[in-house]
Amino acid sequence: MLEVKDLKVSFGGLTALNLDTFSIRKNELRVIIGPNGAGKSTFMDIVCGKTKPQQGSVKFKGLELLGRKEVEIAKLGVGRKFQKPSIFSGLTVYDNLLLGLDGPKDVFTSYFYKLASYDKDRIMEVAEKVGLVNDLTMIAGSLSHGKKQWLEIAIVMLQDSELMLIDEPAAGMSDVEAEKTGNLLCDLSKKHSVIVIEHDMKFVEQIAIEKVSVLVRGQLLTEGTFQEVRNNQEVIDCYLGSANSAQQKAHS
Amino acid sequence: MFALVFPIGYFTGLIPINTLTLWGRYFCLAIAALGVDLIWGYTGILSMTQALFFCMGAYGMGMYMTLSNLPEGQLLPSFMVWNQVEELPFFWVPFDNFSYALVLSVLVPGVFAGIMGYFIFRKRIKGVYFAIITQAIALAMFLLFSRNETMLGGTNGLTDFKYFLGFDLRDNSVKFGLYAWSLIALGLVYWYCHNLVNSKFGKSLVAIRDSESRMRFTKYKVTHYNVAIFVIGAMVAAVGGMLYMPQTGIITPGRMDVQASIEMIIWVALGGRGKLKGAVIGALVLNLMYSVFTTVLPSSWLYILGGLFVITVLYLPKGIVGMVDQMKEKLNGMFVKTA
Repeated sequence: MLEVKDLKVSFGGLTALNLDTFSIRKNELRVIIGPNGAGKSTFMDIVCGKTKPQQGSVKFKGLELLGRKEVEIAKLGVGRKFQKPSIFSGLTVYDNLLLGLDGPKDVFTSYFYKLASYDKDRIMEVAEKVGLVNDLTMIAGSLSHGKKQWLEIAIVMLQDSELMLIDEPAAGMSDVEAEKTGNLLCDLSKKHSVIVIEHDMKFVEQIAIEKVSVLVRGQLLTEGTFQEVRNNQEVIDCYLGSANSAQQKAHS
Repeated sequence: MFALVFPIGYFTGLIPINTLTLWGRYFCLAIAALGVDLIWGYTGILSMTQALFFCMGAYGMGMYMTLSNLPEGQLLPSFMVWNQVEELPFFWVPFDNFSYALVLSVLVPGVFAGIMGYFIFRKRIKGVYFAIITQAIALAMFLLFSRNETMLGGTNGLTDFKYFLGFDLRDNSVKFGLYAWSLIALGLVYWYCHNLVNSKFGKSLVAIRDSESRMRFTKYKVTHYNVAIFVIGAMVAAVGGMLYMPQTGIITPGRMDVQASIEMIIWVALGGRGKLKGAVIGALVLNLMYSVFTTVLPSSWLYILGGLFVITVLYLPKGIVGMVDQMKEKLNGMFVKTA
């Protein structure tokens, strides 16, 4: 589904990401963890076209993504949820979802757009899933942080992207909310490939039904099931603060 | 009020026709303000060329009026004769016909905005940089229109009209007709804009203002949307300019400079950005104040304008309309409490 090779990005001499190889299958749910500054979000930025890497290749369904524009990549089937909820704060929740809805998105179709009943059904269905049915008339900017997260996930869901890049979905959520989000993501992974970045270990444990990748200082430290990763000494080291030793090992 | 009180006042002799003509002009400026609101208020693009597009519309109409007002036997406008021009320049020719002139007055600014917008938006230039570039273009056009070689009357502009479509412009009933047309046009443009901002397209514009990147990642080609609204805004302004022309009887390059565009932006900011009502109210209120204060205290206007702008920025981020809404909410709140 997604194959990454020799990816290198640096910002002003600082290597942010140096990924030899990374790949995920169709309908896989992959969790990426790693300390701050490990390059997790940068990785997503590259896949969805926001950041340009110095070298490397990112292939999605066999097509090279690097060098394409955001809209093209999105059209190929890559959806992105940002770390900081990026929604249309001046519009109602319903309008946010309406704009997220998949379909022709050129100026003329939008101009002459008439709401079709199946579109409405689809919006209601997704709103139901993310628990925003009672907030449809609210202005999105006035939602709580957790609900903003859900709204953005809903926008990505409505696009029906084959690959969904979900950056810190549970940030700012209560345990109950996080658990609901976790269930939602597991559910999504039945029909879509999903990559999730997360810090909260409890949440990771819930959603890590498949592999977990650990990024440290721009490099892939290890990959494995949640149990394997949790018991990995190197991972423990870098999470418990002795990041230097982990880095040395990564270099060796 | 404008559709009833003013006409009744006029026909009963209580309101002089000149007041009506003055308001007719305000309506035209309000139409231009609606264009500013679409571009700036809804889409968040700060453009300094609205006055330019307004003037392009006015010039288009002015060219028609110049040609239709030529005395019997004269083939060229006087200013061309003085400049030793022997033949009517090609771009003047279609303006001899009223319907062509109408279409071109809107189409030319639209195409101009389209080309300009395409090249600027494609490079993802926005915010302050966009404002600066448009400002430079407005200045360049101002200089171009000011030159005699451009064949648009130079700094004197186009003026000295007696007839419009065969009607005598000094006639009160003609003046009233123009007032009525301006009001109708304002109503139609408002209705059009209202439908526009409530369509999916309109919502996309607000979405671009709120989060352009989210739009891109949601498969929208933001550039196309920006260009589209820029063109629509320009054409709306041109409609205002076209109607403005017969009522003022003169158009000069002085009306298209950057300052004029900034004033339009201040109208919208004061009235209430991102609300169509705000644009209209802002344009009407500020122009009325302009007329009043320049009569009473001629030198004070700029201070008052500046002061109002500062107050808006500091205390009324949503303008007059926002203030009224807030007061309504407070009143409602009080009623709920007492009930």
